[in-house]
Amino acid sequence: MTDTATRTPLVEMRDIRVSFGGLRAVNGVTISLFPGEVVALVGGNGAGKSTLMHALAGAHPADSGQIFVNGKAVTIGNPRDARTHGIEVIYQRLALADNIDASGNVFLGRELRTRTGALDDSAMASATRDVMKRLNPRFKNLNTAVRSLSGGQRQSVAIARAVHFNAKILIMDEPTAALGPAETEQVRELIEQLKSEGIGIFLISHDIHDVFDLADRISVMMQGQLVGTVDKHKVTKDEVLAMIIMGQKPAAAN
Amino acid sequence: MVAALAVIWLGFHFLSDGAFLTSRNLWNLSVQSASIAIMATGMVLIIVSRNIDLSVGSLLGFIGYVMAVMQARWIPETFGLGFDQPYTWAITLAVGVVLGAAIGAVQGAVVAYGGVPAFIVTLGGFLVWRGLIFRMGEQGKTISPLDTNFQLLGGGPDGSLGATRSWILGVIGCIGAVLSVWLARRRRRRYDLAVRPLGVDVGIAVLSCVVIIAGIWLVAIGYESPITGDPSGVANPVVILILVTIVVTYMARRRRFGRYVYAIGGNPEAAELGGINTRRTVMMTFVLMGVLCAVAAAVQTARLNAAVTNLGIQNELDVISAAVIGGTSFSGGIGTISGAVLGAVVMQSLRSGMVLLRIDSPSQDIVVGIVLVTAVAIDAALRLGRRRTAGISLTVGLVLAALIIQTGRQ
Repeated sequence: MTDTATRTPLVEMRDIRVSFGGLRAVNGVTISLFPGEVVALVGGNGAGKSTLMHALAGAHPADSGQIFVNGKAVTIGNPRDARTHGIEVIYQRLALADNIDASGNVFLGRELRTRTGALDDSAMASATRDVMKRLNPRFKNLNTAVRSLSGGQRQSVAIARAVHFNAKILIMDEPTAALGPAETEQVRELIEQLKSEGIGIFLISHDIHDVFDLADRISVMMQGQLVGTVDKHKVTKDEVLAMIIMGQKPAAAN
Repeated sequence: MVAALAVIWLGFHFLSDGAFLTSRNLWNLSVQSASIAIMATGMVLIIVSRNIDLSVGSLLGFIGYVMAVMQARWIPETFGLGFDQPYTWAITLAVGVVLGAAIGAVQGAVVAYGGVPAFIVTLGGFLVWRGLIFRMGEQGKTISPLDTNFQLLGGGPDGSLGATRSWILGVIGCIGAVLSVWLARRRRRRYDLAVRPLGVDVGIAVLSCVVIIAGIWLVAIGYESPITGDPSGVANPVVILILVTIVVTYMARRRRFGRYVYAIGGNPEAAELGGINTRRTVMMTFVLMGVLCAVAAAVQTARLNAAVTNLGIQNELDVISAAVIGGTSFSGGIGTISGAVLGAVVMQSLRSGMVLLRIDSPSQDIVVGIVLVTAVAIDAALRLGRRRTAGISLTVGLVLAALIIQTGRQ
């Protein structure tokens, strides 16, 4: 992603500010995301990375600043606005109803219905199967409650929900937290798959190894401000850690 | 569940020297179970969405009383329309249903929008609706007799379908069972989804038909009315219960409302983030419960041919027990309508079996209490995969129940 200056970003957030009372949780942050790119947002607790993403997702709108989607200025005041611009969020705790099956969860709140207004379970199962073919071909348990699925499969369901509704921009909050090594690998494959389809991903993570594995660029935040955004190939892990802990910007940062 | 019912039925049949599995006893059992089962279908959805309704017994009493005053005083005297008009029962029932829905909406709104726990709101309702019976201007007098057409809702000699109409109902039931299996199969085929082996589907359809036909033949037709000597047929309260079960099951499994109720019970946060109007959904479960209380109130008052002030007392406990014995989980998200109906039949089977064995009423309460706790203990143990704990619970429960039954015989 060296030609960032010439292409139109999928998302650009400019000079975003969010305050809680007197506390400036996000203070003038500018950040961008290109199609097929993973940008990791890292920083200590309270650095403002989740707040910044909540502003993009409409969960807690920004006080000031501009958001551009495909170069066009948009207003995001609630989660519905975000969805209409193709922004979907995968929450850390996945937000799945354990007692309902995979297709029921994929379509939760946006169910397909027959002409009589009844739930069209077969159509939903079929659509879920199709989206799963792209994401996780090994996934077969369309009609069992997600309670009985593994962590990686549950993650697939949460991602399928975003992908089926044509997400262009995905926000993933700690996607590999609480997953075993094999399942983490599964999620990693999924992210590669989504990238190849041109979806842009904001990845919130604490795990510096994950970040170096998955991300193309790394944006480091500290005390509500952006320390800098760096190309993963131009920095070392130590340099990024120095950014996170001391707010030190390495020479390679742009 | 079905196995437990079979054990209870065979056990009582054996202990009562063959008095339990008779057409007459089973026919009465079906009528006696109906009103609790009707309410239990609604209670399932309330408990599934992590709430509770303690007011159903009082609500039933209040609505029953209002409906009785409506048909015995207001329509004939206050409005001067006279007694036993052909429309009296319909107006009365409609007023009861609207009243039930309105009261349910009020209680549900306080729970969903007011943020007051359902336990507290309906505990208040429990006191309020019972108390209001005495403020109706009748000073709590027994209201009787009721409209002759209205009485038919409660069963009794004239309140049954008779032979011909029972068989028609049976045929419709069989066609419905076969059709629903076939349509589900065709729908899944169309989307190229896995279907059950043909043999299994055929087996399900045939079994459903056999159960329907056997029930009508052996119980409904087998029981001859003690007055006319003709076959009674399916009693009206049972017909109402069947309709309620079908409608509520459809709402729970095939409509968005039901999907949302289960989603809220499974993970309230996920439901909210999915864009579901959780408050409205919770309120609607209470509206449905109010409507079902009105229907059950009609059945109970019609059966008594009177409204009394203590109508429905302790019904809330029977209704909750039926739902819980039927597999509804208090942790939310789990429970079926058909399970709750079976749960109501299990409860009534215990009661009626113990009456046949001449067991005194306090001992009956003790046994029902033991069975309730045992059933939930077994369910919880099986859910965690603890087969031994389940076995121990079953054994302890059975021994205690047997002990009480043996010592309680008069």
